[in-house]
Amino acid sequence: MTDFFLGHYAYWAIIFLLILGLYGMIFKNNLAKKLIGMTIFQVAIIMFYVASAVKWAATVPVLDPLTGAADAAKYISPLQHCLMLTAIVVGVATSGVAFSLVIAIYRHYKTLDESILMKRMKSS
Amino acid sequence: MTYPEIYRSFIPFYAVMVSLIAVPLIMLSSRHANLREFWTLAASIVKFSLVFLLLPGALAGRIAGFTFWEISPGIALALKADQFGVFFALIASGLWILTSIYSIGYVRGLKEHKQTRYFASFAVCLSATIGIAFAANLLTFVFFYEILTIATYPLVIHKETKVAIAAGRKYLVYTLTAGVLLIAATAWTYRIAGTVDFRAGGLFGNASFSPSAITVLFLLFLGGVGVKAAIMPLHSWLPAAMAAPTPVSALLHAVAVVKSGVFGVVRVVGFVFGPALMRQFDLNILLATVAGVTIILASLLAFRQDNLKHRLAYSTVGHLSYIVLGAALLSPASLIGGLLHIANHATMKITLFFCAGAIYVRHHKEKISELDGIGRVMPWTMGAFTVGAIGLAGIPPINGFVSKWQLGLGALQADEILPLAVLVLSGLLNAGYFAPIIYRAFLKKPAVPFDHGEASPAMVIPIVITALFSLLLGLDPDLFFHFYRLAATVSGSILGGTGP
Amino acid sequence: MIIQNSPALVPLLLLAAAISIPVLAIRKTRVAYPVAVAASLFSVMISAYNMIRVWESGPLTYHFGGWFPPIGIEYVLDSLSAFIALVVNVVAFVVLCHAGGLKGEEISGKSVPYYSLVLLFLCGANGIIVTGDLFNLYVFLEIFSLSMYGLIGIGEKRAPVAAFRYLIMGTVGASFYLLGLGFLYIITGSLNMADVRNILPLVQGNPAIAAALSLMVIGMGIKMAIFPLHGWLPDAYTYAPSTTSALVAPIGTKVAAYVIIRILFFVFDIKFVSHTWPITDLIAWLAAIGIIYGSVMAMAQNELKRMLAYSSVAQIGYIGLGIGLANPLGYIGAVLHILNHAFMKGALFLVAANIRKNSGHSDISKLDASYRKKLPWSMAAFTLAALSMIGLPPTAGFFSKWYLALGAIDKGNWVFLAVILISSLLNAVYFFRILEKVYLVPPPAQKAGEDLPPETKEREGSLIGEEKYSLMIPAVVLSFSLLLLGLLNANIVKGIIQRIIPLGM
Repeated sequence: MTDFFLGHYAYWAIIFLLILGLYGMIFKNNLAKKLIGMTIFQVAIIMFYVASAVKWAATVPVLDPLTGAADAAKYISPLQHCLMLTAIVVGVATSGVAFSLVIAIYRHYKTLDESILMKRMKSS
Repeated sequence: MTYPEIYRSFIPFYAVMVSLIAVPLIMLSSRHANLREFWTLAASIVKFSLVFLLLPGALAGRIAGFTFWEISPGIALALKADQFGVFFALIASGLWILTSIYSIGYVRGLKEHKQTRYFASFAVCLSATIGIAFAANLLTFVFFYEILTIATYPLVIHKETKVAIAAGRKYLVYTLTAGVLLIAATAWTYRIAGTVDFRAGGLFGNASFSPSAITVLFLLFLGGVGVKAAIMPLHSWLPAAMAAPTPVSALLHAVAVVKSGVFGVVRVVGFVFGPALMRQFDLNILLATVAGVTIILASLLAFRQDNLKHRLAYSTVGHLSYIVLGAALLSPASLIGGLLHIANHATMKITLFFCAGAIYVRHHKEKISELDGIGRVMPWTMGAFTVGAIGLAGIPPINGFVSKWQLGLGALQADEILPLAVLVLSGLLNAGYFAPIIYRAFLKKPAVPFDHGEASPAMVIPIVITALFSLLLGLDPDLFFHFYRLAATVSGSILGGTGP
Repeated sequence: MIIQNSPALVPLLLLAAAISIPVLAIRKTRVAYPVAVAASLFSVMISAYNMIRVWESGPLTYHFGGWFPPIGIEYVLDSLSAFIALVVNVVAFVVLCHAGGLKGEEISGKSVPYYSLVLLFLCGANGIIVTGDLFNLYVFLEIFSLSMYGLIGIGEKRAPVAAFRYLIMGTVGASFYLLGLGFLYIITGSLNMADVRNILPLVQGNPAIAAALSLMVIGMGIKMAIFPLHGWLPDAYTYAPSTTSALVAPIGTKVAAYVIIRILFFVFDIKFVSHTWPITDLIAWLAAIGIIYGSVMAMAQNELKRMLAYSSVAQIGYIGLGIGLANPLGYIGAVLHILNHAFMKGALFLVAANIRKNSGHSDISKLDASYRKKLPWSMAAFTLAALSMIGLPPTAGFFSKWYLALGAIDKGNWVFLAVILISSLLNAVYFFRILEKVYLVPPPAQKAGEDLPPETKEREGSLIGEEKYSLMIPAVVLSFSLLLLGLLNANIVKGIIQRIIPLGM
């Protein structure tokens, strides 16, 4: 039982971040806070992959001339890290698009609060 | 009985396509009325000739078949000019010629608007009707059936008044729902039987069913074809559709659309389910009951209508169920009688509708109560009306008597007295609701004298022709087109189970 | 060279064109549109070539960088992907041809970034369809989605809000997919679709497989707008500029549907998805509810684009239902409906664009018979597409419903059959409402039953009564192809779809 919680503490932290991100996206009224929630959500998933790459007594996946390349168990898996580099870039791009949309919304409706935004949209 | 042979021929294809080809020609000639009407007449004459060409072969047992291409893996869009198909196609295409002549007189007499749309839609409808007649399998049947639904809509709403638009909506609600039920039934049949080809005597072969499943399937089919066949309680679109111009009511709602419906009923009973399956699960009793109730109720409702076309509409509802009853009784004479009634009712009813239209065009009268003394000023029209009415009541020597006699004989052959009583009663009711019209027309003096006489020759001549035809067919049912022989062959193939 | 590289050509070509547009258009912004159309035309030609080659000689593969799978990234063109790619590219090309006639009214001055985004959108779509690697799919999915958010957001007033909402939901969807992929990678150790398929039977019984499947399907379900994950769709389609709606509606959700088909049937085992962890049942029921919900909501709309958006929710339900039935006929119905719906919705949205351009709005309540005179061919195209949506032969819509009905009967589920058929009637209600208005309701200054005065028949400078060919012809082409697609559907089914029925169905 304790192993289920303490042994997988990384994953529990990730689950917490996921829920936090979803909470932010759904329950926060401010558009910028929704974006923060979304970013937290994406970061949690990145953490998930990175956490899954870890091995016991393994070092970073940079070739160490002393250790050599023969034993793969000495290095943590680099594939997830590469995938997550891509995912980080995707996250950056998403944030970029999102913020430009937020700026466009603000420019027209002068508010970032969703409830006020709904009212202004209905009347415009 | 030997199996009929099927040979490949383009004639059924041409028969379906000729009026479709006429449609763009009609639309392009919208500025030149005479040229436009020429296309319609030419198409109708060519269509009828093509169908007529198929008649000798069908009588001799040589069936023309044409396959378009596969429309779904395993099922082809295919035409087959078997005896039943040729029978129906002859009636529809022949009456189209007369209706076209009549239409020209009608729309010009009333200076109707949107004549191009009118004639173009008519052409598409007839194409679909011939497609229904020659459909070799259920999917092809559904294909053309739905096209007919959509093609008749512009004709129903032709006048574009509020009444017409509401009638069009009601028509669509009923017919689209029916189409959907028919699709469900066809899909289910395909999964059970592995085929949807029409086969005289039934296509299910040796498949076994639970009684509830087969009854539900039959009800789905009945809902699908029964709406167009105006079986009660699915009939109320028909009186509403009288908002259409009279030639539309005449051809489509007395000949093409409703006869497609009863054609479908006979196809389902004889060529999908087959007599054995129908009897095994008492489906024929179900059908006969529905038909009998419709006949009586419709005849009674006809009494209450003061609008002439509405009375004719309810009369149509009743007479369509004569055909359904004939199919339900599943005896040789009843099938012959039912099929003959498809032809006979068509000629008689179209006469009556033509008369109603002539009266409307010339004197702008729609109600029966306004028709006092009209027989004096429109002797030919009302004379033809009398001929048609007598025939519908089942009185010799008009052709209505022949089909009724066969139906009665069929009831006796099936050892059923109740249908016989229904037929007799209905005949009396028919006489009852037609007699006042004739009485008023000839024997009463008009309140205000009529200032016009007969309608234009373009309208009167078709009326006289159809009335004359009803009389001639009554004297010799095999005249010209061998309707009796065709009907007898179809009846034999259904009951004998040796169809193509 | 073309022959070996053909699976990868289309996404790369579109990517190169997308990047080159801002460069080429530095001096003259008018260059953007022709470059986009040309790129789209080339992609159509290459997709057609691919389709023919796959048809004749079977699947084509391409290994990026010469690395063999499962180490390298592989692009696979089998019958299904070549077919969907062709459909997507053809519809996109026709819509782009239409866009020229609109003269960029709704994207005021932003045509360079707009067309660049369009090409990125198509690049993403083609990449998703062709790729054989699950993570590569995620990358292209994000390219596809981000450009879609941009395309929707370029517009005025409410468009950015709709795009923002879609962004939030869409990113959640893509992230769920990524999370599911993470689980899948942890269990199988591979990212290549074919390889994962081979490995999965060896790790049966691991609960993480069900988690992976569920997350991936939910993620793509948000993108596909299956009920109840469809919330972003009505606003996005309504407020986007006309070309965007016409581009995104036929293509956007279909690509997501394709991904779900790939994952459910070609990566995971069909026994697993329909019996062990019956997610197909869930999809089918949600889709059925979505069909009814979409149709009912469409009936209540007053604005044409919003009505078409809800109608899309219903049509996506058909595809979802076909997927959820998990039998050959349901699958055929789903794939055929991807094709049919792309053409139908493309035609409908193009006509909506024409109506908007003509009168500045697309309110249904303001439609009357003068539109029939002003836009005769567009309304004819609309009528034909509407008949296809209702499901009347000989149009294509009838046949997808036919196969779905057969599939539902095979499954023995009568509720689904009833849903499919009742929705046809509901479709008839909301489409005939418009057709009645356009053909039968006289404009205010005229009585019922009269022909319109001859002056309104002719407009200056038009031969056949409608103003601009570039607006009319694309709509008519898409619409009249529905007749062809309907009549030739057996050829499509037998030649293409039946070749790629998943194993075990």
